[in-house]
Amino acid sequence: MTAAMSATAAAGEAAVALTDVDVAFRLADGGVFRAVHNASLSVADGEFVAIVGPTGCGKSTLLNIAAGLLAPAAGSASIFGAPLTDLNRQAGYLFQADSLFPWKTALENVAIGLEVAGAAPTEARARAKEWLGKVGLGAFGDRYPHMLSGGQRKRVGLAQVLIRDPKILLMDEPFGPLDAQTRQIMGNLLLDLWSADRKAVLFVTHDLEEAIALSDRVVIMSAGPSSRIIGDWRVSLQRPRDISEVKLDPAFHDLHREIWQMLKEEVIKGYQQAEGK
Amino acid sequence: MSRVTLITLQVLVAVVSVLLWHVLTSYPIFGRTILPPFFFSNPFDVAKQIVAWFASGVIWKHLYVTLVEATLAFIIGSIGGIVVGFWFARQPRTAAVFDPYVKMANALPRVVLAPIFTLWLGLGIWSKVALGVTLVFFIVFFNVYQGIKEVSPTVLANARMLGMNERQLMRHVYWPSALSWMFSSLHTSVGFAVVGAVVGEYLGAAAGLGYLIQQAEGVFDVAGVFAGMFVLAAFVIVIDMLVTVVEKRLLIWRPNVADQRP
Repeated sequence: MTAAMSATAAAGEAAVALTDVDVAFRLADGGVFRAVHNASLSVADGEFVAIVGPTGCGKSTLLNIAAGLLAPAAGSASIFGAPLTDLNRQAGYLFQADSLFPWKTALENVAIGLEVAGAAPTEARARAKEWLGKVGLGAFGDRYPHMLSGGQRKRVGLAQVLIRDPKILLMDEPFGPLDAQTRQIMGNLLLDLWSADRKAVLFVTHDLEEAIALSDRVVIMSAGPSSRIIGDWRVSLQRPRDISEVKLDPAFHDLHREIWQMLKEEVIKGYQQAEGK
Repeated sequence: MSRVTLITLQVLVAVVSVLLWHVLTSYPIFGRTILPPFFFSNPFDVAKQIVAWFASGVIWKHLYVTLVEATLAFIIGSIGGIVVGFWFARQPRTAAVFDPYVKMANALPRVVLAPIFTLWLGLGIWSKVALGVTLVFFIVFFNVYQGIKEVSPTVLANARMLGMNERQLMRHVYWPSALSWMFSSLHTSVGFAVVGAVVGEYLGAAAGLGYLIQQAEGVFDVAGVFAGMFVLAAFVIVIDMLVTVVEKRLLIWRPNVADQRP
């Protein structure tokens, strides 16, 4: 099965392809809330795509569809050409909220992905140690999550996901709760790790600057409900990038201004709808 | 407040209380003794009784019996609570069917069961163990059930995305979460195991601390009753301290417990 998948991938299939996806939730009063309408999106293998949109536009729901955690109400999702019917086994998912196992140490948290896949515990631990080093937490292996700062927990989370070497990386505002400096450092760390083997990345954020600085393509969603994809920009800034430097680039500013023109209206609409309800 | 002041003040409370007890039971104030020794005994008689029990060694047998009963009640009740808690949490339909009966059984004051258990299981330790089990079971059951229901959806989604199957979810997610809830109620459940044992002994037994107190009461030996109460209190405190040590070791990953470490 894996061989077949990589064969199709080699043939140029998109890593993630969403076609005319609708997301709907049944409400308590029997009605139906349509969060996302007719969204089509594809992420090529090795491509870093950011989804930006106002709060409550269903960015995360789209990510959950790509992860297989949620089934679309209409339309379809396919991974390397194969329709997605269950959990997406090729994807790693970095969540917005704390998702580490609080009863495991940092090292155990990183090693668990290999252990459940059947690796020998000693080998899993050795590799986990290596990965903790890669995210700069080599000395923190025996700490429990509550003893780590928010940024350190995100580093552990990143190592936990990447140690399994997923072909696709799904990230849901992973650096949202962090302060500005830590976000920049984490962004650079992510780019560093990503450039080593260029996985397909789908990165959800509400921060347009972060989106442009990190990605190859920026996709804009309209304000919900029934939000759609309304824009798709290619970011042709030089790689490798440094987040703080790339933000000084004039091309960065031009692109930011151009995208912001469109996003601004949606953000205002989003706020009005949130307040009206 | 420093540790030394704290301990000094704590000891002071005990000293003042005992002193008051002694004065009010031994010296007439305005012509009458406020606490008649017949009903309240006095510190010296109680202390004498306690020393006599330990000197002659009779107390050890009773302590041992109570300890065995409480331990068995705790172990059996906990195992039952864990098994049923897991079962109900993973099978919502079963839980829904049994829900009214669980609530009914839990609402029942367990003391009324004591005579029935004595009838069924005799005057030996097992009727006391049974009473303790009915108390411990529900505490552990509710906590395990809650622990499984309250697993963070994000942690669960993360576990599934990391490739865990149902069995691995059980081992790495549900089990630790359930255990942490169970351990956080360890003080309560251990306390109830002792309550079950002592109340059971009090209502009919041939040995144990509850039996000792009941015997003294039967012959109006108030000093004996108080002595039994003090030994029981000390016994419970020692057990509670052991529980605290165990809890700190097991819940080291929890912020609130770990922060209390010196």
